[in-house]
Amino acid sequence: MSESKTVNDNKKTESKKIEDQGIQKGIEQLTPERIESVIRQVINDETGARLKVYVDTCLHCGLCSKGCHFFLSLKDPKFSPAAKVKQTLWEIMRKKGKVSPEFIKEAALIAYTQCNMCKRCAMYCPFGLDVAYVMSVMRRICYKLGVVPLYIQDTAHSHSVAMNQMWVKDDEWIDTLMWQEEEAQDAMENLRIPLDKEGADIFYSVIGPEPKFRAQLIFQAAVIMNAAKENWTMPSMPGWDNSDMCMFTGDYEMMERLKRLHFESALNLRAKRIVMGECGHAFRSVYDVGNRALGWRMPPIEVVHSIEYFNELFEQKKIKIRKKFERPVTLHDPCNIVRGRGLHEMARNIVNATCANFIEMTPNREHNYCCSAGGGVINCGPPFKNARVESGKEKAKQLFAAKAKGAEVVIAPCHNCHGGLEDIIHHYGVEMELKFFGDIIYEILELPE
Amino acid sequence: MSDYEEWNWDIGKKQVADLSGWQEQFPYIEELRVSSDGERVAAIVKNEDMEFTVCIQSEGEELETWETGYDKAWNLQFGPDDRLSALVSDTSEWKVCTDGETWENGYDFLWNMTFNTNGVIAVSAQKELLYSVLNNDVPWENEFSRLTGMVISPDGQKTAAVVESVPVLESEIFKFRTGCYSVAVNGETWERNFMNVWNPVFSGDSNHVAASVRTSYYDYYIAVDGKIWDTVFSSVWEPRFAPLTITKAETKVSSDANNFTNAHNYSVTAPVKKGGKWFLAKDGEIFWDRPYFQLWHHLYSPDGSTIAAIVSTEFGRWTIASDNTPWELTFSDYVSDPIFSPDGKRVACLFKENGKWGVAVDGKAWDCQFDMVWQPIFSNNGLQLAVKIKKDGNYYIAINGSILDGKYEDMANPLFSPDNSSMLIRGRQGDSYNREVISLKGRI
Repeated sequence: MSESKTVNDNKKTESKKIEDQGIQKGIEQLTPERIESVIRQVINDETGARLKVYVDTCLHCGLCSKGCHFFLSLKDPKFSPAAKVKQTLWEIMRKKGKVSPEFIKEAALIAYTQCNMCKRCAMYCPFGLDVAYVMSVMRRICYKLGVVPLYIQDTAHSHSVAMNQMWVKDDEWIDTLMWQEEEAQDAMENLRIPLDKEGADIFYSVIGPEPKFRAQLIFQAAVIMNAAKENWTMPSMPGWDNSDMCMFTGDYEMMERLKRLHFESALNLRAKRIVMGECGHAFRSVYDVGNRALGWRMPPIEVVHSIEYFNELFEQKKIKIRKKFERPVTLHDPCNIVRGRGLHEMARNIVNATCANFIEMTPNREHNYCCSAGGGVINCGPPFKNARVESGKEKAKQLFAAKAKGAEVVIAPCHNCHGGLEDIIHHYGVEMELKFFGDIIYEILELPE
Repeated sequence: MSDYEEWNWDIGKKQVADLSGWQEQFPYIEELRVSSDGERVAAIVKNEDMEFTVCIQSEGEELETWETGYDKAWNLQFGPDDRLSALVSDTSEWKVCTDGETWENGYDFLWNMTFNTNGVIAVSAQKELLYSVLNNDVPWENEFSRLTGMVISPDGQKTAAVVESVPVLESEIFKFRTGCYSVAVNGETWERNFMNVWNPVFSGDSNHVAASVRTSYYDYYIAVDGKIWDTVFSSVWEPRFAPLTITKAETKVSSDANNFTNAHNYSVTAPVKKGGKWFLAKDGEIFWDRPYFQLWHHLYSPDGSTIAAIVSTEFGRWTIASDNTPWELTFSDYVSDPIFSPDGKRVACLFKENGKWGVAVDGKAWDCQFDMVWQPIFSNNGLQLAVKIKKDGNYYIAINGSILDGKYEDMANPLFSPDNSSMLIRGRQGDSYNREVISLKGRI
């Protein structure tokens, strides 16, 4: 295995040395009374049997440890999922909320930056205890105390003002769509990104970073939709962003506001279904967490991730390819759409339909390792980047192993995974190229006459 | 709607536009728009120079296009007065264009073209990264670093929007917490700033504005003219002003209970969350004391005597509550578009159950279900309810639970005649866009 020296470096992450203005200034404003009051409110009013069962049932057996890439990468027992609970909610419940601001600081660092909420550990727990849920309760407490890492809090502020993740203003969004439409017309004459079209079969939604940093993905989606002759639309007004960092900061009131707007944007246009771009956490928010917080068992409109949509395009022969993508590829399984939705076989169908040479990563499917970016961890920003990349050491080994078998390209159908894997690839010198499925399909697509 | 009672209500069908001629003439045609009286059909097209313009056709008339071609045109709409407007860009300067005539003021971008019920047009505007509103081509005197959620007053004289009243940079999270957002009415901001402001709404007399606000991460209020309610809630949805009086004559055309006139009561209601459950509050006090899992889209009957809302009575079950009494009938997927009959005695809504759409009136669902359904419309006497529906890829009209003959490939919402005896249907059949008035006698 062509592993770099850095991958074998066992240097421990020292979270205490990481300073974050959001957390530091947040705890400066705390009093023991305030802490206890907020903890009591959250525990008593917002949790119930689920939290108590999780905390009380844990046998401290440590089997969850091998489920966590933090533990596997850093080889430090404090990163075991059970240990993260012990350092946070366990202690809080034992002390009945009488904990210090310094305790809240450490708990915030653990909950926001040392758990990707990937739920892999739940598969290794003999009781299936969901540590991600426990961490989300810890985040909720920290949010209500105003102790949230600065960068992700800023992102949540953007959601609350602009109804998107990236402070994209109303006009910038529409202007970007028009720009991408014009660019794509070079590929297909009279191609359209139809705005606010009523009664479309597809309401296509994306996350804030697409118009901000990755506008080519909108371009590519437009070409694919037009090549497939879809009856589709995108909204001109806020509601277009399906992402949700409020879900990860613990601002559930804003999460509800965002999800309501997203669903109603699609439903007011009488769209048949929502097709989402290649994003994992947004899918979790739209398909699982946000909809249920609002009172729906399932989303009020069919929600389809791009993997399901692309798979459908090939199954129904709606698009044709000129030739298969020839460079050897491997596939990263994003947590939120694989453990969260079971789309791993569909993803492989797409790989097989589009790529000539597929090399599996090991472990894969629902056992795949997280990219270390998910759960809002990458959104906590530069102060935590080094620690995050070190927690991706196990992922780097996985990538190197796939590379040793010949893989040159990593397909990662999730934005946060792209961000996380990009940093891992760069830090560990993996030298593999990252692509979305949309990149691959666009590259080999046969455009209609 | 303009001259509603004067429209041609004679029973019969006529072709308004021959679309084969459009396809021959234009290489590019966007979605068709039809005037409310059904006499004109229009679309954004590209002319022979591949510039964007607007094509219009009326019965027996040749195709007409606006004289000027543009770099881009979008948001084509017939206003309530049936004037045809779009946002157009000429050498990257955006203007409102109405019936081919552009406004004087040009901007770097325009969006959210909005009409009052008489057709007065307002639009959100950006020039050199400063944001404002144009109302009937008159810009606000003040500009802001960010603006969203613009609304126009019922009388068309005022506009309001959420604005960044204190410029705040990304990552300034502590400054953000001090409150950097407010509502601007005709460009003048409220005296108080908030952490967030959403959903500004005018009172029926256009003199007051209410909005949802939060003053901290967890303190939500309703603000009226900048002053917050005395009571804090853990969340709120959009507020509404109560109407005090509205005459039958005023409700004759539109059964939209939110088109208030003659309102003199400034009490405000809003869904509020308390102790994890939703209630309806009035002027800061709990008004509907029954807790709901969810409550939103509340609306008043035209005379203001009754309030209805979409509610979730238990997790995963949705219905309508009228004066705090929920229907026994509940739905699994979705409930939307609640509407009162003009006399305020009936309430209808759309629902979705197991993936299929339906219509319910006064707690009873129609037998038939559809692939999609549009906003329900009561007849002026409140006895009939019509919807545009989609089934097996085609559009139809359904009245009181029965689907009418007549299949369309595209269609606007139907309209009842003033005397409720007939219905105007505007839709595309093949290459023909038709205006048809059908008699309802014997059909329902």
